[in-house]
Amino acid sequence: MKNIDTKTDLQRLKFNWLQFASPKTFYPLAGKIIPWCAAGAAILIAYGLYLGLLVAPTDFQQGEGYRIIFVHVPAAWFSMFLYLLMALYAGLGLVLNARLSYMMATAIAPTGAMFTLVALVTGSLWGKPMWGAWWVWDARLTSELILLFLYIGYFSLKAAIDDKNRADKASAVLAIVGAINVPIIYFSVKWWNTLHQGASVSLTQAPAMAAVMLKGMLVMTIGFWLYSIAVVLMRVRAEILERDSKAAMLRLD
Amino acid sequence: MKKKLSTLSVLYRVLARDIRVALRRQSDVAAVFFFFIIAASLFPLGSGADPKLLKAMAPSVLWVTALLSCMLSLSRIYASDHADGTLEQIMLSNQPTVLIVLMKILAHWALSGLPLVLVAPLIGVQFNLSGAELQTLALSLLMGTLALSLIGSIGAALTLGIRGTGVLIAILVLPLYIPVLVFGAGAVNAVSIGMSANGALSLLGAVLAMALVFSPLASAAALSIALE
Repeated sequence: MKNIDTKTDLQRLKFNWLQFASPKTFYPLAGKIIPWCAAGAAILIAYGLYLGLLVAPTDFQQGEGYRIIFVHVPAAWFSMFLYLLMALYAGLGLVLNARLSYMMATAIAPTGAMFTLVALVTGSLWGKPMWGAWWVWDARLTSELILLFLYIGYFSLKAAIDDKNRADKASAVLAIVGAINVPIIYFSVKWWNTLHQGASVSLTQAPAMAAVMLKGMLVMTIGFWLYSIAVVLMRVRAEILERDSKAAMLRLD
Repeated sequence: MKKKLSTLSVLYRVLARDIRVALRRQSDVAAVFFFFIIAASLFPLGSGADPKLLKAMAPSVLWVTALLSCMLSLSRIYASDHADGTLEQIMLSNQPTVLIVLMKILAHWALSGLPLVLVAPLIGVQFNLSGAELQTLALSLLMGTLALSLIGSIGAALTLGIRGTGVLIAILVLPLYIPVLVFGAGAVNAVSIGMSANGALSLLGAVLAMALVFSPLASAAALSIALE
């Protein structure tokens, strides 16, 4: 008996991260995080746009039109990153059977799809002056389009199943299958057509762009990140309210 | 008392049974087959019968049509077994579900993919393809349609018993079919411009090998979710 008591004391001393896996404790925590992330996102995106649109020098080949990359590139990064994150949460949900993980996956999907759409639209706006066409079937634009199809599949499956529990699990399997497929699709499309200009930002070699451009892009990326966190947490809170509307916890406040 | 069956003989029986059941509904099997022929024959009517144009279009037309034909018959893999309760008995049995699922996929392929492989060279002739291209077309379809059945089975399992399944399966499965389409049609295209098809066929084989490993696992997981 004594042993068990000391153990619980120890556990009480240690900060337990897992307690936030419960919607009940997560709901207020998310509420506290949202304003900070939203404010940070607003400031960073404004600063990033200032750097990109006003400070960064004009590209001598592409003129002013290149400036759209300050939105396009971070949006494209996030469209893929959020899909993988969604699949990760979906997988966590399947493994741990944690409801909050499914809610996170559900909440991430619309933001990911939005960034995919932004990347596609800005890509085609960039393509018109550079390539002379609104749409070119090059590897990256095409993979981005297919990524949008994958998001649409995820939404459609989720919407078609009435039973929430089954909808969560089935769409989680789909998200994981999609995540395994994303690199294969990307590679196959690249094999199919390599028309695009080479990657201008890569981790292995020094970036072939002015430092201020890189800075602007990184600031925008962090801004998009904070925006994503804020929006996803808001959506998770709405999801918790919707699913647990009858739970007693909500009557506390 | 019935004697206990070994896993191998169970798998063989599942395969034989699925093929037999499908053959009893011959019209279903024939419909997919004729859909492929009719749909492929529509393209020249839309584009004009210029032999050069037809030859250039042929790989993509035949492959996309094969893709759609395979997709149309996907719900057949599990739907009837789900409706009459057989699927639940399969999941409850002490036999490995993943392997049984694989057998059901193979049975589906034998009656929806394989006939396309046999008839595709004939349609290829209509599209002005010649010897080496027809061979590559048949070989790429032989590997590709099996991959299509495997990948499609995940979609069929996920949408089991859901309203409006047909269109939903298309939305789920078609994006996942893209690598198969790219490498399959790419192999035929490579031959028609005088290059070797080996690269594309190897990649298609790699996609098939991956689908062979992962798709029965994912399908079995999706089935157990659907039957919860």
